[in-house]
Amino acid sequence: MRELQTKEITSAVKRLCMEANYYLGEDVLNAIKEGLKKEESPLGKDILQQIVENAEIAAKEEVPICQDTGFAVIFVELGQEVRVVDGDFNEAINEGVRQGYTDGYLRKSIVEDPIRRKNTGDNTPAVIHLEMVPGDKIRIIVAPKGGGSENMSEVKMMKPADGVEGLKRFVVERVEKSGGNPCPPVVVGVGVGGTFEKCAFLAKKALLREIGSKHPDPYYAELEAELLEKINRSGVGPQGLGGRTTALAVHIEAHPCHIASYPAAVNLNCHAARHKEITI
Amino acid sequence: MATEQKRLTTPLSDKEVTDLRIGDIVLLSGTVYTARDAAHKKLVELLEKGEKLPIDPTGQIIYYVGPSPAKPGKVIGSAGPTTSGRMNPYAPKLIAAGLKGMIGKGEMGSEVVEAMKKYKAVYFTATGGAAALIAQRITASEVVAYEDLGAEAIRKLMVKDFPVNVAQDCYGGNLFIEGVKKYKIEA
Repeated sequence: MRELQTKEITSAVKRLCMEANYYLGEDVLNAIKEGLKKEESPLGKDILQQIVENAEIAAKEEVPICQDTGFAVIFVELGQEVRVVDGDFNEAINEGVRQGYTDGYLRKSIVEDPIRRKNTGDNTPAVIHLEMVPGDKIRIIVAPKGGGSENMSEVKMMKPADGVEGLKRFVVERVEKSGGNPCPPVVVGVGVGGTFEKCAFLAKKALLREIGSKHPDPYYAELEAELLEKINRSGVGPQGLGGRTTALAVHIEAHPCHIASYPAAVNLNCHAARHKEITI
Repeated sequence: MATEQKRLTTPLSDKEVTDLRIGDIVLLSGTVYTARDAAHKKLVELLEKGEKLPIDPTGQIIYYVGPSPAKPGKVIGSAGPTTSGRMNPYAPKLIAAGLKGMIGKGEMGSEVVEAMKKYKAVYFTATGGAAALIAQRITASEVVAYEDLGAEAIRKLMVKDFPVNVAQDCYGGNLFIEGVKKYKIEA
């Protein structure tokens, strides 16, 4: 067994919270620059240009790309040969979020109860997705998620008879109906199959994939390309004000499902599609 | 759809509002107040009770934003717009009280459009997520009410050439409909 101190987890999470919010990924930036070349709307071009310039300012000054520095959604792949010592694992992660959001001048956007709505003051607690994997390493991905795009997401229990056409309609309509609210150009995460909660989780996980990467299954790679094209023909455009650049990518994660079921989820991410990771 | 670039300084007059059309690009200067969900709830409760507001909305613009904390030496943290639709239940009452404009992202609802037509007000969008860039156009920031709300407190900002677009005008014009229609490719 390899021993891992909780303080190592805390310091990694702290750093990742700050880095994810200051530095837009190269993959996202490249996709926006590609969009800029193809965009026909003058206003759309102007908006995409602002987004590129904004990323440069944020990185140079080490300030958040977006003021909504998000819910700290944290994926952990914990090797089964790793033993976490010297403290509580969940608290170690939350302490990292607390320090990252406080010392990094990030916005505290979490209320302690959804109805009574008192701000926790330090952006904790995080949403932690823990998965046990073989090996003696720990992989931590910090994916701050903004509220505007999260609010435009949806889970639908479709019928098997709806087929692939039903899934296409659901995904494209979700983006069209969302208009400017999720800050397009968006990244579209789709989870299909599994159960009610599994497909929502997969939709979120799909947002972590590198933009421009191809799905390993050629069937889904083709479906992703078709959906992206359909979405970019919708006219929604940058900020929903009209144009060609509505989505930067569509990523699908599929899972086996029950003979009676066909669940699907769409999790939208804004153009500030943030995630940073480390393997210790 | 117009695509004129204009410069405006707050407070706005009825004439300035009625001259704006969807698609206009505006560089805004002067005072802008910030408020989002929690502050709006409080403001509207005061209006309903007939009490005085902590800010005078006459001719003013409210920017829907909850900025990130300012780093030492900075006026404000990153400060991009939040989703305006959440303010649909509140905005008509503030427009009736004299507010001339709102800045946010995403579309505003029909109840707000009716108030904008009746009382002459305009809805601007700023680029959601361009928060570090927008912060550079803010020259002063001061909390003027509800400090306990943190990022949701009401701030009085001074802005210089803040880039916004007229997305919904006082004639019912709607760039979210017109713009999308223009670029939609039918299957």
